[in-house]
Amino acid sequence: MSFLELDAVTKCYGHKVVLDAVDLSIGEHQVVCLIGASGSGKSTMLRCINGLERIQGGEIRIDGQVVSGRWTDLEQLRQRVGIVFQSYNLFPHMTVERNITLAPVKIRGLSRAAARARAMELLERIGLAERAAAYPDQLSGGQQQRIAIVRALAMEPQVLLLDEVTAALDPELVAEVLAIIRELADNGMTMLLATHEMSFARECADLVCFLDAGRILEQGPPHQLFSDPREERTKTFLHRVIEGGRM
Amino acid sequence: MLALGAASLAVPLVPGLAAIGLVDGARRRVRGSHGQRTGDGLIDVGRVLAFLGLAGWSLGLIILVVARREEIGGSLFFQTYLRWRFLKESFPSVRRGFWVNVKLMVAAEVMVLVWGLVVALLRLAPGAAGAPVRWLAVAYIDIFRGLPALLTIYLVGFGAPIAGVPWLGSQSLFVRGAVAITLVYGAYVAEVYRSGIESIHPSQAAAARSLGLSGPQAMRHVVLPQAIRRVVPPLLNDFIGLQKDTALVNVIGLVEGFRSAATYAGTRFNPSSIVGLGLCFIAVTVPLTRLTDWLLARDAARSRA
Repeated sequence: MSFLELDAVTKCYGHKVVLDAVDLSIGEHQVVCLIGASGSGKSTMLRCINGLERIQGGEIRIDGQVVSGRWTDLEQLRQRVGIVFQSYNLFPHMTVERNITLAPVKIRGLSRAAARARAMELLERIGLAERAAAYPDQLSGGQQQRIAIVRALAMEPQVLLLDEVTAALDPELVAEVLAIIRELADNGMTMLLATHEMSFARECADLVCFLDAGRILEQGPPHQLFSDPREERTKTFLHRVIEGGRM
Repeated sequence: MLALGAASLAVPLVPGLAAIGLVDGARRRVRGSHGQRTGDGLIDVGRVLAFLGLAGWSLGLIILVVARREEIGGSLFFQTYLRWRFLKESFPSVRRGFWVNVKLMVAAEVMVLVWGLVVALLRLAPGAAGAPVRWLAVAYIDIFRGLPALLTIYLVGFGAPIAGVPWLGSQSLFVRGAVAITLVYGAYVAEVYRSGIESIHPSQAAAARSLGLSGPQAMRHVVLPQAIRRVVPPLLNDFIGLQKDTALVNVIGLVEGFRSAATYAGTRFNPSSIVGLGLCFIAVTVPLTRLTDWLLARDAARSRA
């Protein structure tokens, strides 16, 4: 039973087609990884699902309900679909705790105390409870990204989109972020990740999609796609990744 | 005596210039050998010499003035601009008038802070539906930045009662003056706010929106707090201009500092009272100017770091 469905989703900037009639179906509790070169449309796809970009054709559905097009309740959609960005985008003028509690208080109507308790619980889980009063620029990139994930989780989304969340991190900080994502996957979080971390995709994904020029050129379970890709371009891409030492 | 004064002016120049040369030379040598590093120790020596030079120079100037005080004090120039008796005699009325300027400054600044923000937000109204609002805001900003402040003050302060403008037409001169200044500076400050808002990276608004905040909520909680912090120095810069321009309100007949001082100057045929008022303005604006420069320098240092 598919939970998040993309049906012939098309996104253009002017005449440039960034997503070209993309179909994708993700079941509940599935972890799906999008791989592909920069500019292949991975980030755009995530931004379209979250309603940060409007699509020009096709339809996006969550649990059977259409969540694309002009009349979508974006605020409601975004409570169901969380997104974490490559550049963390924490709010620099707020403490960690305020970053996490802002949306639950303003949107979900939680009391400050309840939101704070929930934030502390989440921070506890990632081992950053003692940094609750710190400001983002006092934290490392890895810590900031973990907090950005927690900030999205505080809204209790049904789907979490992760847009190359480790791409801006120093290599030694990548592991701590991947560990959280792994834990989320183990707990059954439905996730869609754009990533360059092939070994992570191989280990954690239920489904891997290779994007090329705005289309899902090939998809399959990781062991099949990584060991025995059918398409020539997938082979070339994976070959380059291996040469680049990322796998 | 004159020779002594001249000598005291010239002599300290020698170590002063020597110090400048020394520091410059040292800087160049250090840069040559270590790339970007500056020679901290050498600059300290240079600073001490420069300070000594400046102190000697000031002392020379003081000696010169004291020695020739009769001649200087009696000169036509001093008798015109700084005649002590007139300064003293006019001061109570100048001070009373200047107090009106101070009240105008505070009232207009408070109103400008709010009004400028309103205009900036209208100027940034999103979407096709926001287009007429944006257009109105642009028209307001263009017109009031384009008009000389004096004309706006006259048209609002003098014209509003004649035209029977609702509410404003029946207000006191003070209120009309403050509103006119607010209209003028609101246009400048709206642009300052706008530049601040636009300087916040769109990813911040996107992050807020992605958490489910509405556009106005993202603006209020995420973008504006960061933007306002950034525009404090340029905002203060506009306030310096605003404070000086309160003197223009005299054209609609409000008795403020300039009107008080000018009345006195007219009866005595001597502008010393105006100089007294000028000193009052400087006492208020210079600290603000220094503060603004300090904040700007701090920001510049921070963005380099």
